[in-house]
Amino acid sequence: MNNFKVLVNGIIKENPTFVLLLGMCPTLGTTSSALNGMSMGLATMCVLILSNFIIALIKKLIPDAVRIPSYIVVIASLVTVLQMVIKAYAPDIDKSLGLFIPLIVVNCIILGRAESFAAKNGPIASIFDGIGIGLGFTLGLTSLGAVRELLGTGSIFGFTLWGESYGMLMFVLAPGAFLVLGYLIVLFNKITKKA
Amino acid sequence: MLVVLTVITIVAAGVLASVNAVTAPQIEKINAENLAAGIKAVMGSDDIQVADPQEIDAFTAYSINDAAGAALGTAVVTTENGFGGPLKVLVGFSTDGDILGYTVLEHAETPGLGAKAGEWFQDKILGMNPGKNNFTVSKDGGEVDAITASTITSRAFLKAIQNAYDKVIAGADVTSGATRPAGKAAVCNGDNGCCKAENSPGCDGDCHCDKDVTACDIETPEVIE
Amino acid sequence: MNKLIVSLSPHVHSGDSVQKNMYWVCIALVPALLCSFISFGVGAIITTAISVASCVFFEWAINKFMLKNPKCTVTDGSAILTGILLAFNMPSNIQPWIIVVGALFAIGIVKMTFGGLGCNLFNPALAGRAFLLISFPVDMTTWPTPGQGFGTYLDAETGATPLSIMKAAFKSGDANMLQQLPSFQDMLLGNTGGCLGEVCAAALLLGFIILLWKKVITWHIPVSILATVVAFSGLLNLANPVYANPLAELMSGGLLLGAIFMATDYVTSPMSKNGQIVYGVAIGALTVIIRAYGAYPEGMSFAILIMNAFVPLINNKFKPKRFGEVPAKK
Repeated sequence: MNNFKVLVNGIIKENPTFVLLLGMCPTLGTTSSALNGMSMGLATMCVLILSNFIIALIKKLIPDAVRIPSYIVVIASLVTVLQMVIKAYAPDIDKSLGLFIPLIVVNCIILGRAESFAAKNGPIASIFDGIGIGLGFTLGLTSLGAVRELLGTGSIFGFTLWGESYGMLMFVLAPGAFLVLGYLIVLFNKITKKA
Repeated sequence: MLVVLTVITIVAAGVLASVNAVTAPQIEKINAENLAAGIKAVMGSDDIQVADPQEIDAFTAYSINDAAGAALGTAVVTTENGFGGPLKVLVGFSTDGDILGYTVLEHAETPGLGAKAGEWFQDKILGMNPGKNNFTVSKDGGEVDAITASTITSRAFLKAIQNAYDKVIAGADVTSGATRPAGKAAVCNGDNGCCKAENSPGCDGDCHCDKDVTACDIETPEVIE
Repeated sequence: MNKLIVSLSPHVHSGDSVQKNMYWVCIALVPALLCSFISFGVGAIITTAISVASCVFFEWAINKFMLKNPKCTVTDGSAILTGILLAFNMPSNIQPWIIVVGALFAIGIVKMTFGGLGCNLFNPALAGRAFLLISFPVDMTTWPTPGQGFGTYLDAETGATPLSIMKAAFKSGDANMLQQLPSFQDMLLGNTGGCLGEVCAAALLLGFIILLWKKVITWHIPVSILATVVAFSGLLNLANPVYANPLAELMSGGLLLGAIFMATDYVTSPMSKNGQIVYGVAIGALTVIIRAYGAYPEGMSFAILIMNAFVPLINNKFKPKRFGEVPAKK
């Protein structure tokens, strides 16, 4: 598999949100608006690329029996570093996403890719896998957030279209997240299965 | 096996420690700047001197003087449980206890509902005085309009400010929600010794009760949140 | 030329059909609609008309354009019934566009996504109501007060409903507040605030009699719900008088409407008699619990929706007896 294929694979064939259904907690919890969804997706992508790269580099040094604890230490350290850097140098992002960043640790996509891809492939391919899966996740979260924001508050990326008084609150709340996710999966399957 | 895991952990700890050493002062600086900017905003003035914080019970109070040294008032950090978690508000009082401004420092309220507290009350409570005004939501008989469909957040928000006023500004030791002291605006519904109209017996002109009464809060049922 | 027709049993048909049953339910709802017109004015009729029209339209449009189904299911009357019941669960002064959104949700998402009539897990009208209640809490909970003249629609004055008075009494712990409840006569005749179809207990009971007479439904579900509510709220009332008396609980809110017309929906209720009684008792108990302790004043719609989800389990446990079946010998 060449690197470009790995990249596309992460966006479409193994899209973490719509096909693998991994990382559902941040998917449902952080997508109350398009911007929140996108920021969460990009933050996850950063961690994913770095963790895939580092794990692919050190995988030969780690004995099989302790690989999961080792991966978790690597991932948790990366997330903590990211959190501190964001807090120190990008306080605006921290304000809107601060709560969610520690949650990246428990996102099973990251451990999942470490185990299923980075542990079996070289560092460069792993970076591309990180980018692909990260973009797929960002795409999923952004579209989910955009639909929920549009239906729930009548605006998209903060631009008001028809105003909050015509918004359906349910889509901002948890039940709306499940509903919209279900319909987006239907739509995604319809588009990708045809091609 | 054990050695490898130990080495990985030690390396990770080292990386974290060094990143922390670099970022900690910067984070500290940003927090201090945020607080200073927040205090300036809630006091409505840029030329201020902030005294060292005082811890009064659960509240953090900053006495504020203007550039010349005259007392401007007090900024108080106050926390109350909202709908989704702690709701932390910085509120500025004048020396008389009038509200000069507020800003929501931390919250976990529902987006599109309770999360609007940051803007919603800006034009509603400025200039009010929790000691003189009936500082509860209109559903409970008060003078403040609650955020639409977010009564729980609104109640928590107003209570946070009321508590800050009671403890820090008025200095009175009032446990929240219990007996209100005489002379203080109470929910006016005519029952339980609260006065209904300005002229009813036992009332002073401003519809304040002249004896200690239990806050009689009659509420219509919660809709959402 | 005669053809030999080969078909599965049963060969003798009673003349029952989906259409016939649906239309009888609609007829049984007419008295309640008339009562509602008398209480709330023309708004009740407009709301019902918009709701029925949009439910039928969405059912037709989804059949025609999305499913491309040559056998259109609009004529079976189920969309009309969903429309009426959805409207009956709204205040009569609601904005028209909210009704249309509710109809789209009820028909498009709750019914047609699952495969149309017979396949839906939840009662479409109730799920539509729950969606509207969560999405537009303010519009859905400002109920008009009755008796403002026949021309009343969007401009209706609003006021408290019996259920909101009960909730306030419970929250404040002051049993005297229950004296603000309307008299039983008013509650029987629909002279109280509330959703447009639920206020007139007498008309709903008349509908119940029509349905029993035409054998559209059996007594099991409604009676087990109502009996449970009376028993449970009676116990609460005996224990602490801040809970309203059981008769007031019985006649207020959507209890009768839900028990008679919505919990008995064929698709979303259990098949065997024993299962129906379990289902009814659980709905009654949940309703009282939500009314007394929940965030919302009315628990009927949520109770039915929750039990809808348990229907497959109930059906699994309480299977109808097979014809001629005898217990297995050990």
